[in-house]
Amino acid sequence: MAETYQEGSGAGADFDLSQFYQIFFEEAGENLDQMEQMLLNLDLSSANDEELNGIFRCAHSIKGGSATFGFSDVAELTHQMESLLDRLRRHELQPIPQMVDVLLESADASRSLLARHQAGGQGEAVSTTSLVRRISDLAAGLVPGDTAPVVAAPPPSAPAPAPVAAAPAPKPSSSSAPGQARQLEIQIGPLDRPEQADAIKELFRDIPGLGAIRDVPGSPPNTRVFAVETTSTNDDLLDLFAFHVAKEQVLIRDAAGDGSAGPDDEATAAVDTSGGEAPYGFFNGAPGAPHGEATQAVHAPAPQAPKAATRVAAEPKAAMQAQMESTTIRVDVKKVDQLINLVGELVITQAMLAQNSRGLDAGAYQQLLAGLADLDRNTRDLQESVMSIRMIPMSIVFSRFPRMLRDLANKLGKKVELVTLGEATELDKGLVEKITDPLTHLVRNSCDHGIEMPADRLAKGKSEHGTITLSASHQGGSIVIEVRDDGRGLSREKILSKAQERGIEVSEQMSDAEVWQLIFAPGFSTADEVTDVSGRGVGMDVVKRNIAALNGSVEIDSAEGYGMKVSVRLPLTLAIMDGMSVGVGEEVYILPLSSVVESFQVNADDVSTVAQGSQLVKVRDEYMPVIALEKIFQVPRFDLNKSSNIMVVVEADGSRVALLVDELLGQHQVVVKNLESNYRKVPNVSGATILGDGTVALILDTGGLVRRARH
Amino acid sequence: MSVIGKAADAAPTGAREYLTFRLDQEEYGIDILKVQEIRGYEPPTRIANAPDFIKGVVNLRGTIVPIVDMRIKFNCAQADYNSFTVVIILNLRNRVVGIVVDSVSDVMELTPESIRSAPDIESAIDNSCILGLGSVGERMLILLDIEKLMSSVDMGLVTANE
Repeated sequence: MAETYQEGSGAGADFDLSQFYQIFFEEAGENLDQMEQMLLNLDLSSANDEELNGIFRCAHSIKGGSATFGFSDVAELTHQMESLLDRLRRHELQPIPQMVDVLLESADASRSLLARHQAGGQGEAVSTTSLVRRISDLAAGLVPGDTAPVVAAPPPSAPAPAPVAAAPAPKPSSSSAPGQARQLEIQIGPLDRPEQADAIKELFRDIPGLGAIRDVPGSPPNTRVFAVETTSTNDDLLDLFAFHVAKEQVLIRDAAGDGSAGPDDEATAAVDTSGGEAPYGFFNGAPGAPHGEATQAVHAPAPQAPKAATRVAAEPKAAMQAQMESTTIRVDVKKVDQLINLVGELVITQAMLAQNSRGLDAGAYQQLLAGLADLDRNTRDLQESVMSIRMIPMSIVFSRFPRMLRDLANKLGKKVELVTLGEATELDKGLVEKITDPLTHLVRNSCDHGIEMPADRLAKGKSEHGTITLSASHQGGSIVIEVRDDGRGLSREKILSKAQERGIEVSEQMSDAEVWQLIFAPGFSTADEVTDVSGRGVGMDVVKRNIAALNGSVEIDSAEGYGMKVSVRLPLTLAIMDGMSVGVGEEVYILPLSSVVESFQVNADDVSTVAQGSQLVKVRDEYMPVIALEKIFQVPRFDLNKSSNIMVVVEADGSRVALLVDELLGQHQVVVKNLESNYRKVPNVSGATILGDGTVALILDTGGLVRRARH
Repeated sequence: MSVIGKAADAAPTGAREYLTFRLDQEEYGIDILKVQEIRGYEPPTRIANAPDFIKGVVNLRGTIVPIVDMRIKFNCAQADYNSFTVVIILNLRNRVVGIVVDSVSDVMELTPESIRSAPDIESAIDNSCILGLGSVGERMLILLDIEKLMSSVDMGLVTANE
């Protein structure tokens, strides 16, 4: 339970995160919905690991996101939820209905906190203090009695940790809009020694920017009243004051008296008034409550606080619903796919109409032909717009990371540089959405576990700055996204011993690749301590699951002491590609434009034959192998007058070959379709695409062709 | 290009509906629930180094669908492609495959009693892919387990280790 939550450094950002707020809010909303659903369906008597892991992952994702964006109140609450869920999924605790209750309430609270952030931080925030307390109670193994709603707090003068206090006082949420100077009247006491309160004045002197404080004369004996002008929130003030006086002895009133006190303060006030002159009267009989103490702190009775919280939550919720009608809509990818397919059909129909109308007399059918020309243009535009819905460059994903890494590195005290490559690689939107979370986990992992502290790096003879490289590229029929770091790498021994501890069957004979795969097991972590960054072992599990769901694969390459590389390979479903179409005989093939170096007309005497019959062509002092597509693809020849006399030089894996084709037909963007979904892998072919006339053309796997020629 | 409605499997007798088609002089039946649609033949894009009965792939509303000519697979004497050639699009465990046949006849309901087990005969396909022989009047239907047939390795539609 020794986890504390650190606030991410929010100020001084050199990078605007707000463009991603909307995405985060939507994602968080979905995660909350999902969590709620799973909590409601949870069978307490026989909760299986899968369900608990699922709920845990939801909380984890929300926490990660809100920490990244600096919504510390949400991150803090979900962090607590996560702690409880973590103990549940490790079977250290038995799930009980109270846990579900408190988790559901926390989900509601998170929702309204998020709604408040979404609305720009206006309005009253829900206090999460009591929720946090209840969660940590439950996580500590305490089962609150159903009929004992009143929990006596430890006396303020002796903050001996009751189980409640075992959890470090979490930073409560800000309860009013920061940044606005407010006039407050703060009453402290009654105290045994009113001099204690004077220390608070020193606080204002010592902490720059906190505000101004002055004594208000005429306060009752044993109490002090101050007039304060500050921009800080009530909760922040209470936290500060807690160094000198117990929170419960502080009463913050708005000087204007409009009762803008947070729910916590209301609760305090309620106790104050109902207690009257003898605030401890309620609890005279409570065991362990010290008598004779001049002041008796009373925690707000647990059941009251959440009520107050929900009351406050009601209003931001209404605001949230209004906000949810935003400028973007989230559409099922299937619907977009359907749209794309329908447009494809339309294009074919249009092409057919154009073909059939060619013989018509332009004079007699002028209007019809004009209409067809319009149809042609509109179909083209429509197709382009529909395609553009799905395709976005990887830079959208990558640009999330500089800020995240910067904050993370600051928090961990590390020095990290981020290098991104291949940002222009276009990726299907569906893939981008699904790849973002796994990538975030990978980058966090690299920073937290991979990169060493600057001193350690220097000791190992490395540069002080660690480097994390993110790269994206099209390779053959896939998109490969790599996260590389030059940190400490994976330790084979550590992973094997950790796996043995967890009861996974391992042996010394396992290959490195097999050992690396172990880190994908749920809950597996080699981190020595759990931080809010990583170490709970949820990351790699999620990464693998998300990527497997995309029919992709994750490979790990690592050398201890030198770093590690995680390659995520995704199939090119619907990825768009710049292609060059070439004709061979009657057939059309597509070459990825990125691999085409040059093309030229070839003379017979440029080509020389080597002993085994393979051909070489000399291009500017370089001999390269010739591959005749006609032979490789057994293209039938009907027109013997035509022959292949054009060479297209392609490059892959660093080597070049010349492809012999009949003609160059043009360049265009093609939507890559997977051949394997209904057929199987075809040698030298990475996929297929649909041409403008509706026929299918195969896309060549230049990597495969080059390998074939070089062997 | 008609779409066959999916038949409700409600008959208490356990009768099932079969789509029947002709290959040369033989008549075959396949489970109607496996049929997605029936369309005319359009020239597919040839795939190099594929078996000769795999004619290639076509674009079916954005999906790349392989086309298998059953007449070549079943060693029929003739395999002409004209405006009457028919392709049956099958949906087998989320894989879409088209098969070329000479003609589609009709949809028939067969009760289990009217299906005889097939004798051991030598044919171009594995005997286990033949569910039985259905007799309707004077006609004999060869009932195919089309899913098993299409996923067998020698059809070349899937790689051996799949």
